[in-house]
Amino acid sequence: MSELLAGQPGERRLFLGNEAIARAALEAGVALAACYPGTPSSEIGDRLYEVSRTGRLVFEYSTNEKVALEVAAGASAAGWRALASMKHVGVNVAADALMTLAYVGVKGGLVLVSADDPSLFSSQNEQDNRLYARFAGIPMLEPESPQEAKDMTLAAFALSEELGLPVMLRTTTRVNHTRGVVSLGELAPPPPPGRFVKDPFSLVMVPAVARQAHARLLAKQERARALAESSPFNRLLGSGPLGVVASGVAAAYVADALLELGLQDRVTFLRLGFTYPLPEDLIARFLSRVDKVLVVEELEPYLEDALKALAQSRGLTVPIRGKGEGLFSRLYEFHPGLVRRVLAEFCQMPHEAPQPLPAAAELLGRPLPERPPILCPGCPHRAMYYAIKIALRDLGVEGVFPTDIGCYTLGLLPPLSMADYLICMGSSITTACGLSRASGQKVVAFIGDSTFFHGGLTGLANAVHNRHDLLLVILDNGTTAMTGHQPHPGVTLTPPDYPGQPVDLAAVVRGLGVTQFWRVNPLKYKESLAAAKEAVAAQGVRVLLAQSPCPLYVARLKGKRPTARFQISGDCGECRHCLEYLGCPAMYVTEAESRRQLLIDPDLCAGCAFCVQLCDHIRPAKRGKS
Amino acid sequence: MLRMRIFMTGVGGQGTLLASRVLGEAALAAGFTPLLSETHGMAQRGGVVTSTVILGDLKSPIISPGEADIVLAFEALEALRALEFCHAHTLMLANTAVIPPYPVAVGQVSYPPVGDMLAVVAGQVGGLLAFDASALARQAGSPLAVNMVLLGALAATDTLPVSAEDLKQVIRDKTNPRFVDANLTAFDLGAAAARDPENWHRRPAA
Ligand code: SF4
Ligand code: SF4
Repeated sequence: MSELLAGQPGERRLFLGNEAIARAALEAGVALAACYPGTPSSEIGDRLYEVSRTGRLVFEYSTNEKVALEVAAGASAAGWRALASMKHVGVNVAADALMTLAYVGVKGGLVLVSADDPSLFSSQNEQDNRLYARFAGIPMLEPESPQEAKDMTLAAFALSEELGLPVMLRTTTRVNHTRGVVSLGELAPPPPPGRFVKDPFSLVMVPAVARQAHARLLAKQERARALAESSPFNRLLGSGPLGVVASGVAAAYVADALLELGLQDRVTFLRLGFTYPLPEDLIARFLSRVDKVLVVEELEPYLEDALKALAQSRGLTVPIRGKGEGLFSRLYEFHPGLVRRVLAEFCQMPHEAPQPLPAAAELLGRPLPERPPILCPGCPHRAMYYAIKIALRDLGVEGVFPTDIGCYTLGLLPPLSMADYLICMGSSITTACGLSRASGQKVVAFIGDSTFFHGGLTGLANAVHNRHDLLLVILDNGTTAMTGHQPHPGVTLTPPDYPGQPVDLAAVVRGLGVTQFWRVNPLKYKESLAAAKEAVAAQGVRVLLAQSPCPLYVARLKGKRPTARFQISGDCGECRHCLEYLGCPAMYVTEAESRRQLLIDPDLCAGCAFCVQLCDHIRPAKRGKS
Repeated sequence: MLRMRIFMTGVGGQGTLLASRVLGEAALAAGFTPLLSETHGMAQRGGVVTSTVILGDLKSPIISPGEADIVLAFEALEALRALEFCHAHTLMLANTAVIPPYPVAVGQVSYPPVGDMLAVVAGQVGGLLAFDASALARQAGSPLAVNMVLLGALAATDTLPVSAEDLKQVIRDKTNPRFVDANLTAFDLGAAAARDPENWHRRPAA
């Protein structure tokens, strides 16, 4: 049984922020949830998927975030409570639907979770999605901790129904991936079937209807603002002459800093959690009470700008600072020590920063080796990259490699160096169209299977239709590996009882009009090299489908790793080809008796048997030797 | 009031997240309100993975440079890298076993001698307990149980507000049943290692 269903009301559990959100959705009686996995949001979907197998709710991994939001919108229109979760950049994909869904409104509560990633732990940008809530005109809540993530999720469903609007729960990595104490409430009973009541003249956004709907949205925002004034998530704490404003996890850093600096008596702390629309009267009361204001918020000066505008409109002249020289940066996530230092300086408090120790590299007298993330040993992506590299070398052409988002993006690193251009999900194919058209160079684009279903289909249709010239290599490892092995429409190897109907990727590619098509198992070198050479040499839109499952996923499903292991015999000629072209991390060099020796680490080797096809010095290890 | 910031660092797959989880669950059972944070994502493919456990009346889930009271380093080089998070009274527990990073494995750069790295750490922090936790994990029958070895050692240093028995109870209740015996053995081997004066490169000041 899922851990989320265990425990009695009132019990305290140690939950990840994402688990707290999933639990709250169940307590709120969510009837449908949809997501596309993306760090830091993935565990919300994963936990709800587990629970869905008990029949308590409907859950789906959608092909992309726009699809997830639209599926949730449909359920909500029929009266169900629904949740769509995604990472921040996913909201860009869903934005088209979101902007108009705010006009259409919702019936059952609809919560959109946007998991933002300050510091880009696993993302391509660090956009601040609070701006989306304002842009779309929908209410937004920003939790600071797992407990608050749970409280706010519950409140968001209620708020959504009260206003008839989708509500954004905007988290950041540090809330999603913090584990904190959360107290359990009552689980809601499974919901009855929904029912859609027709009302086309307020639900179908043709211009005449949308004109009215926009006015309705503005009126709802006014009501939402009134709710923000009295929201328990917006609080004035203390009564000192120095004003501090914070939201999200930054509010936790402020609370600790006030405690540790002993500043509580000198500061009025405005802690904001319901941050769109803002509680303007509460803020004005705060501004008129303090001598100066420091705004503590990660990323964009969202609150700072709003406070300055509000102060101006109400004729208040109190200085408001936040971002800027000697203050906070618009870059990266904050940490407690940073907030403490800036706060102490702002309040002119003497403050002892912890004495940093001398840098390790200095003490050691040399730089510390880096530890870059890398494709796993035995990863089939590496094998395919290798074959393409050799094919290009043998044909004597230079390749240009637009790539996409997934494990295989790590092919960027040497020695593979198989990634030249990347914007977002699905961009490998479309940018390849432009690159090859403009440069006439040999363009080989890479995309994963999950990403292909997410954002690749329309690009491939475009490439075919407009007669572009590119080789698309679909790296099909049978799962969404990067975010934790979630399924997608193409999966055939699934967890037991996974209900999804597999969609044949090869048939889809052919169905989109691709006539030049190869399918290989990249771990079979001869075959994949031959196909790679033909495919690289050809003209027009071609697709090479490289199919071999992610070995980590297989190991997880089967509960064990394969046992065949390989070793390099003593007479290896030290050509270093395998290191410089393949770069399997199980291989390493040692200096033994002043001679460099190449070896394979038996604990790291995944037994994929790819390298053994490249070099006569690599052999299966003798039994019992690993 | 007790305030304790514990920083764990290791290489993807070594189980730092599970170690912090076990410590957090034990602290919760002992009546604390622990706060934990984890790094996820790209770092898991052979990169560095860190986690934190915060005890006491604090709301910030992460640890700023120079503010960790205890560091558990699952690999020798990562112990040295974690010096950034230490202060002059930090207690560091370090695994002396080596996992060569990729640039080292292919001979681009060399791995600093473990002895040199330990000497640097010992010269800076309040206490350093270092031993081959990987060897003890293998001895316990589970090469992946380095995390349990280090937790056992930490429990034996008597710096935690939770007892060794509290931790073992969580290991029994919340770790994979297939590995519970090996995990508990690893925990005890770690505790024994902490009692061996040979493994202390510098004793924490009393
Ligand atoms: S998780 Fe799977 S697909 Fe991703 S790098 Fe590792 S082996 Fe390759
Ligand atoms: S068989 Fe060769 S390529 Fe495959 S994981 Fe082992 S060392 Fe790496």
